[in-house]
Amino acid sequence: MKPLTHIHSRTVVIPFENVDTDRIIPARFLTTTERTGLGKALFQDWRYRPDGRPDPDFVLNKPEAKGCEILVAGRNFGCGSSREHAAWALTGDGIRAVFSSQIADIFRANALKNGLLAVVLNEDEHAWLLQHPGVELDVDIAEQTIALPDGKKFTFSLEPFAKHCLLAGVDQLGFLLQHEAQIAAFEKAREIA
Amino acid sequence: MISNSDGAPRTLLDKIWDAHQVVAETEATPAILYIDLHLVHEVTSPQAFSELRARGLKVRRPECIVATIDHSTPTLPPGPDGKRPYANAETASQVSQLETNTREFGISFYGWNSPHRGIEHVIGPELGATQPGMTIVSGDSHTSTHGAFGALAFGIGTTEVGHVLATQCLLQRKPKSLAITVNGKLNPGVTAKDLILHIIGEIGIHGGTGHVIEYRGSAIEALTMEERMTVCNMSIEAGARAGLVAADETTFAWLEGRPRAPQGADWGKAVARFRQFKSDPGAKFDAEVVIDAAEVPRSVTYGTHPGMVIALGARVPAATNAQEQRALDYMKLEAGKPLIGTPIDVVFIGSCTNGRLSDLRAAASVLRGRKIAANVRMLVVAGSERVKREAQAEGLDRIFLAAGAEWREPGCSMCLGMNGDIGKPGQLIVSTSNRNFEGRQGPGVRTVLASPLVAAASAVAGTIADPAKYLSEVA
Repeated sequence: MKPLTHIHSRTVVIPFENVDTDRIIPARFLTTTERTGLGKALFQDWRYRPDGRPDPDFVLNKPEAKGCEILVAGRNFGCGSSREHAAWALTGDGIRAVFSSQIADIFRANALKNGLLAVVLNEDEHAWLLQHPGVELDVDIAEQTIALPDGKKFTFSLEPFAKHCLLAGVDQLGFLLQHEAQIAAFEKAREIA
Repeated sequence: MISNSDGAPRTLLDKIWDAHQVVAETEATPAILYIDLHLVHEVTSPQAFSELRARGLKVRRPECIVATIDHSTPTLPPGPDGKRPYANAETASQVSQLETNTREFGISFYGWNSPHRGIEHVIGPELGATQPGMTIVSGDSHTSTHGAFGALAFGIGTTEVGHVLATQCLLQRKPKSLAITVNGKLNPGVTAKDLILHIIGEIGIHGGTGHVIEYRGSAIEALTMEERMTVCNMSIEAGARAGLVAADETTFAWLEGRPRAPQGADWGKAVARFRQFKSDPGAKFDAEVVIDAAEVPRSVTYGTHPGMVIALGARVPAATNAQEQRALDYMKLEAGKPLIGTPIDVVFIGSCTNGRLSDLRAAASVLRGRKIAANVRMLVVAGSERVKREAQAEGLDRIFLAAGAEWREPGCSMCLGMNGDIGKPGQLIVSTSNRNFEGRQGPGVRTVLASPLVAAASAVAGTIADPAKYLSEVA
């Protein structure tokens, strides 16, 4: 994983609550055996009309959404299925941060393991961002701050190990493998017990 | 192993957690948690096996894995040419990749030729692989099902599937605990599905986020294992990664003698160990909810997430915000009108929520001697090969076929609809599965989640219907 320290981008806003992972990427796109190439399926049934043409009214299809790396989403984003494809679809489409007032547990864990900063803001700051789509933000992961154009700063909470992994690009499997001796000792102790 | 260092009463979650910490969590790092059982299926594992190959790693404990095919598998039998009717080449490739991966990494594979194949959350318990006090994971959110046995069982992503394959461990922060106590007795005809839908409606779709739910109380203790699985299965629909029911005599009686359960003299020792995995009297939970079983009605969803629940006989509630109005518009339902009587197009009986033998018996009890409505298509999909065999031995398949339903091969089928079993845009499906999200069962498809009794009654009526009259009338 590449280190992620700062994100500077305008926002796109999807204000709906409870955006589930089926909505982020429908099951019919889970047929891949790769991690890449899923960006084109992101929000498929919102993004495209039944005839396959893009829906010009959907926020990610608007010209001003081009290049945006920050998604501000309504409460309880990423609920439902554990499919990591949801995180892969978002990163595959260039999204690097998701801000909400609540994020589902499994989605958040998946996102953070893929360099996608999925974090929770307090209700007021989240509400402000929902009301100001397109605002340009400067996100500092080390400081856990989001700077607004007027210099005002919002803060977000981030689990310390996930933060360390994002900042340093730590490979979590590599970290686990370094604990081989403890794992083996644990297994041995259980066999005896 | 589960001694109590400071003497404070502990929850079931505490005990399982403490017994599986390879390295305890600190402020800087999560715990390294040991995993006893890993369920692997074809859709969320290919990238994890690729990762192992790329790094030259082995699977650390192949004997701790149950691998099967369920999500993308066709539910129609092979054609005259012997070929299985996969939805597309990619789903066929996922199945063949899991065959290759399990062979190369030395993992037991319950594939097409196995009499044990089925939905992973149905076969884990059937095999006796699911046991009290265990940690169990899978790249599937309905892993919570196994909590019915007093095991800490939760869904993970594919990256974590790779972690478990390579190290048998996960990096995890300990979740909070939520006790949901259901006192009293459920009314006759009110099923486990009604209970869990009611609970999700009460605490909300994110009411369990960050928590593990422990279901307790006399109404929970009175449930069969299959009913407990239905309840734990949908814990994730309230945002909780896991649900737990402490193991008891019901659990032990169900597990004894199953192929992967401890056998002979080991069984007695195992039961003594299993008995320790229950919350101590006075153990503190981070949150508690109390529900009176007598107040739980037959319940169904009316909106586009599993927290939008009403009593079957109730009227569609008015939207309290734009979000709820969107859901009503999508569902083409009008506030103030009764849900009963709404025309339906499809009925699906199956899934890891309600695809077990008792669920098929319930549906058959309504359908026996009756026909489904002419305008309705009905799929009945057993949760496993074993459920299918047992149902056929009882003649349930003949009841379904005589009623005009389709009797399909085991799999996840229309629950997530990635094998081609989907509805058409605009159709209304009464489904015994677990998610009614927009488009879950096909683009534009509307879903009403219900118990097998309500689903079967609705198939006969051609509209959403109360099963009461079918259960009292002799057909």
